[in-house]
Amino acid sequence: MTGAGHAETLACPDCDLLQVVPELPPGVKASCARCGRTLVTQTADSIERPLALSIAALLVLILANTAPLMGLSVVGQQASTTIVGGAWEMWHQGQELTAVVVAFCAVFAPAAYLLCTLAVLLAARRPPAPRWVGELLRWAEAMQPWSMVEVMMLGILVALIKIAELAVVEPDIGMYAVGVLMLLIPAIQSSFDPEAIWKRVTWADDESLPPDGAVQAAGTPDPRSAP
Amino acid sequence: MTPTTAARAGLVSCGTCGLLAQQASGVAPGHCPRCGARLASRRRGSLETTWALVIAAAICYIPANLLPVLGTTTLGSTEYDTIMGGVVFLYTSGSWPLALIVLIASVMVPLGKLLALVYLLITVQRGSIAGNRERTRLYHLVEFIGRWSMLDVFVDTFTVALVQLSPLMSVQPGAGVVFFAAVVVLTMIAAASFDPRLIWDAATTTEPDIA
Repeated sequence: MTGAGHAETLACPDCDLLQVVPELPPGVKASCARCGRTLVTQTADSIERPLALSIAALLVLILANTAPLMGLSVVGQQASTTIVGGAWEMWHQGQELTAVVVAFCAVFAPAAYLLCTLAVLLAARRPPAPRWVGELLRWAEAMQPWSMVEVMMLGILVALIKIAELAVVEPDIGMYAVGVLMLLIPAIQSSFDPEAIWKRVTWADDESLPPDGAVQAAGTPDPRSAP
Repeated sequence: MTPTTAARAGLVSCGTCGLLAQQASGVAPGHCPRCGARLASRRRGSLETTWALVIAAAICYIPANLLPVLGTTTLGSTEYDTIMGGVVFLYTSGSWPLALIVLIASVMVPLGKLLALVYLLITVQRGSIAGNRERTRLYHLVEFIGRWSMLDVFVDTFTVALVQLSPLMSVQPGAGVVFFAAVVVLTMIAAASFDPRLIWDAATTTEPDIA
């Protein structure tokens, strides 16, 4: 690890205050002196634990997307649905845009988040990590707010209770898988430390890792504005 | 003591990887030496973008609540339900905790988000220096809570997907769903384009520069 035993100068992402954050013991957080935003969370095991969790989550994700969520039976008629089946039915009923939003938030974003996180963690196990790790990390962070597994879980439950007024509904394997995924994704997020990954990634400027405590490096001038 | 911010010290915190970098020049901060992302002291056009998205979301909020989100066809006759109708249905069918969850997630959260963003935008533009910590906290609440409004879209989707038992009973999505989803997506992007550092900039610039 780089930077061990070094204090680091950071600017708070919320209020831009410059402050020096000392090297923290595992499990300790540092908050901004002015606005209170958490600046650094030192996680005990920032690679292996989220790696194990994201492999588990990926397997559960496959199950959640292939197994039926719930089944319904009414006077001899039976029906069941999957996550993609829900989006497909919306598309089929003329709500194409809504179907795309549902498929994106329920299937694409969680899958992309987990795949990117997994690739980042695998590649960062042995530093220096190649530059594409940073690119994938950016993707994982962009997908995170759109991955709405827990919201979908609550939505499935509300739908289940609503329909239970009209017919007999039974939760199926897919729904339990969504429930497990709902717990695994926050567990990955809390054990994952993007800063620890960035410290292992090869710098864009020169193809090498920076020397220890290399903060306040100069920005690369825009090629167009360079003299 | 005047707080020393990165902007005043000629530094930029990279929006992607968090590295503190020196601006290449005052007008063009350049690229982050670590991750290669374009550096910006503050998000570009933050207020304009956020305003545009908030206004668009506010416009979509009206049809989202007035148009039906679900239509239930039972033996030939179709009944349409708006979001509020769905809440009333849950309440009258005896599950008031669920009615409360849907009321909060689908009616109060989107409206609260819009009002909170407008409040943040106006206070930043007026250069308010009061309650900076509280406004920053409000901003993070808006960011955190935004996704939960998608609840009703998921409820409608899975209701429609499951209840297809024609001619006995079938459920169709209404035109309101897409506007509702649009409100959620637009307010989420609006919150992401707002730069909380602008809340603190007024306090920094009104004091004399000692650097």
